[in-house]
Amino acid sequence: MAQEEYQKYYVPEQSVWPIVGAVALFLIAVGAGNLTIDITNGNEGYGQWVLLAGIVTLIVMVTGWFRNQIHESMSGLYSDQLGRSYRQGMAWFIFSEVMFFAAFFGALFYARTIAIPWLGGASNNAMTNEVLWPGFEAVWPLLQTPGGIESTQMGWFGLPLVNTMLLLTSSVTCHYAHVGLEQNKRKQLSWMLGLTILLGCVFLGLQVEEYIHAYDIGLTLDSGMYGNTFFLLTGFHGMHVTLGTVILIVLWFRVQKGHFTPDNHFAFQAGSWYWHFVDVVWVMLFFFVYIL
Amino acid sequence: MSTATETAHHGEHDDHHHHAPAGLKRWLLTTNHKDIGTLYLWFSFIMFLTGGAMAMVIRAELFQPGLQIVDPNFFNQMTTVHGLIMVFGAVMPAFTGLANWLIPMMIGAPDMALPRMNNWSFWILPFAFLILLSSLFMEGGGPAFGWTFYAPLSTTYSSDSTALFVFSVHIMGISSIMGAINVIVTIWNMRAPGMTWMKMPMFVWTWLITAFLLIAVMPVLAGVVTMVLTDKYFGTSFFNAAGGGDPVMFQHIFWFFGHPEVYIMILPAFGIISHIIPTFARKPLFGYASMVYATASIALLSFIVWAHHMFTTGMPVAAEMFFMFATMLISVPTGVKVFNWVATMWRGSMTFEIPMLFAIAFVVLFTIGGLSGLMLAITPVDFQYHDTYFVVAHFHYVLVTGAVFSIMAAAYYWLPKWTGVMYDNTLAKWHFWASLVSVNVLFFPMHFVGLAGMPRRIPDYALQFADFNKWISIGGFAFGLSQLIFLALLIKACRKQGEPATSQVWDGAEGLEWEIPSPAPYHTFDTPPLIK
Ligand code: HEM
Ligand SMILES: [Cu+2]
Repeated sequence: MAQEEYQKYYVPEQSVWPIVGAVALFLIAVGAGNLTIDITNGNEGYGQWVLLAGIVTLIVMVTGWFRNQIHESMSGLYSDQLGRSYRQGMAWFIFSEVMFFAAFFGALFYARTIAIPWLGGASNNAMTNEVLWPGFEAVWPLLQTPGGIESTQMGWFGLPLVNTMLLLTSSVTCHYAHVGLEQNKRKQLSWMLGLTILLGCVFLGLQVEEYIHAYDIGLTLDSGMYGNTFFLLTGFHGMHVTLGTVILIVLWFRVQKGHFTPDNHFAFQAGSWYWHFVDVVWVMLFFFVYIL
Repeated sequence: MSTATETAHHGEHDDHHHHAPAGLKRWLLTTNHKDIGTLYLWFSFIMFLTGGAMAMVIRAELFQPGLQIVDPNFFNQMTTVHGLIMVFGAVMPAFTGLANWLIPMMIGAPDMALPRMNNWSFWILPFAFLILLSSLFMEGGGPAFGWTFYAPLSTTYSSDSTALFVFSVHIMGISSIMGAINVIVTIWNMRAPGMTWMKMPMFVWTWLITAFLLIAVMPVLAGVVTMVLTDKYFGTSFFNAAGGGDPVMFQHIFWFFGHPEVYIMILPAFGIISHIIPTFARKPLFGYASMVYATASIALLSFIVWAHHMFTTGMPVAAEMFFMFATMLISVPTGVKVFNWVATMWRGSMTFEIPMLFAIAFVVLFTIGGLSGLMLAITPVDFQYHDTYFVVAHFHYVLVTGAVFSIMAAAYYWLPKWTGVMYDNTLAKWHFWASLVSVNVLFFPMHFVGLAGMPRRIPDYALQFADFNKWISIGGFAFGLSQLIFLALLIKACRKQGEPATSQVWDGAEGLEWEIPSPAPYHTFDTPPLIK
């Protein structure tokens, strides 16, 4: 049995897409790097064009690679074993994303429980406070930094709460889309997936609104640890939601074309895992960044 | 045109250029684990020579006290980029190359599980290093803050080109993560029937665990370089007390990556040594199961020892104690390994071919590095040793005579399998003995100057250190030159000049890779072997 499965193993033929992908990442890195440097120095540079070229190349590469992959998958070249490999690969990729967020959550926890109290004189740091940062009071959210920058707190009621509801609902609809797929209820699949995408888009829209609001009330990227963790955590989360939404949109079009069967739908599964992952991150964010 | 049907009638014939397109295209587009392994290995060797050239600059400057040859800022760029290249460009890709070549052959799989992603992971690397190296030529110079890029050196005081450093590290990280995912998935899914977990060769085990470490910590590295980027360019203050941040937090996040990283660079080495010693001692590995458990415990413990790099940052005493004891705890499983290697040799009918010589040198010299690590782990003692040449001696013993020697041992051990010819034994002997002697002249005196207080990463030093430094530099140049012998040997072997190798190659060798012809056919195990 294992033997049989094994012999169907599919060694993919060569493909141009990986090397195109490597070039894309190269252009993105060079472009983003130069752009950052030029912005800071106030120079006119070519960074943005290189970055743009890189992003376009990346999109072309992803499209080409996936198209190729879908084609091969539809012509039945894949085995269960390969399906398992894909699933596990995706799971580990998500784990690596978890660790990426963990770094930023770690920074948040460290600042709240160690760095800021110490600046305020906790532990054996009375002199740090008195000599270096006299008058600094350690509170979270850090609305006045030791250096004296002031900002305003972002409440959790209102937009953030609405956003939490939206994302949680979208996780449910995503789940029912999956159920629809597994039970071969294509209508349910299509509607639920569409609804998930819609919720994702509304979430992103509201998030943009919230950023504008934040800047209006004086909470910015450079307003110290509170603003830093707020913007980087929600910002990276937002980028992941964007990516997740794009994935779901692609899946939606594939569903319309009749792709996926109840027992062969790796791409769908991966997309839905990813979506649940961004939801879980948001729940963490909501607690640790907004409420607590 | 699908390869699925092609591989079926491929069989295991020797004609290994048969279906591969020739020329540049073969290498650019390849999905074959052996081709990709070869690419990784050559890339790593080129990086090894590049990083080595930078070390030569460092040693030339330090040959005599006083500022001699390069300006201090350039000196700092050399130490920084030397470290980055050796860690991310030489040692890690070499192990990934070995993983590519060996894991499928060792577990009886036809290839890696995700061959196209495999190609992508490799080809990112040359680009990443192109960026890093070219930043050296930018206005203001390249990175000069040490391979550990501590804030605020990398934020407030770094050169303009830091953004390029950050993005090149990002794409190196992407490459490593994809490589690691591929390794895990391959080992999990592609073992031949009968290859149960506890029958897996040690190299496969150690790489599996290494891959977990990689996936867990490379994203943390990505996170911390991102914070450096935003701190430097976008006004955040993660590492700036005025904004409520803390430069010490940089070190915590960095070393949360950094310590597991050093195990990423040594666990596969443990695996290699666990193959070579049994072969030439003609005895099975002593304590296989304990080796597996020791590897796993080292990996787990490696997550809770990171602050032993930060004893002098003023952590609370409780934290100093915790990290001291946790670090010492790691020596236990490490000791188990050393004990097992020695016990494997005990009363074996040993012969001393080149791979074995490197392996024995590894056991002895790596242990010296482990012992100096133990000294550094003692908090109050580290207050004196920290940031001196003693630390430099420690990590070069574990990394050069540890990781790098294991890679060389692996190269000699499996080269006949890869190329089909035996390496030139005369050159190999020269290479081994010259490396062995010079590496100790190079690194051993560093212990003394370190204990006497010579700080690391400084282009000048007090006169009292002059004699030792002269010897260190001489050792350094000699070690550098010795590697050219290795280069010559490798070129010869790749051109297939040498005695043809049998499929067994070494008479004590065991494992699936020795059951296929030498050179290994382009595709192996299209039908899975049965493992009893
Ligand atoms: C018995 C096991 C080990 C112990 C107890 C140990 C302990 C330590 C300690 C305490 C330090 C910090 C010294 C200081 O900066 O003051 C250190 C530094 C270092 N260790 Fe180890 N170590 C061990 C094994 C290893 C291994 C196996 C590797 C790599 C293969 C390694 C690589 C390094 C590196 C690269 C540094 C210096 C990092 C830097 O500051 O640039 N160590 N070690
Ligand atoms: Cu360490």
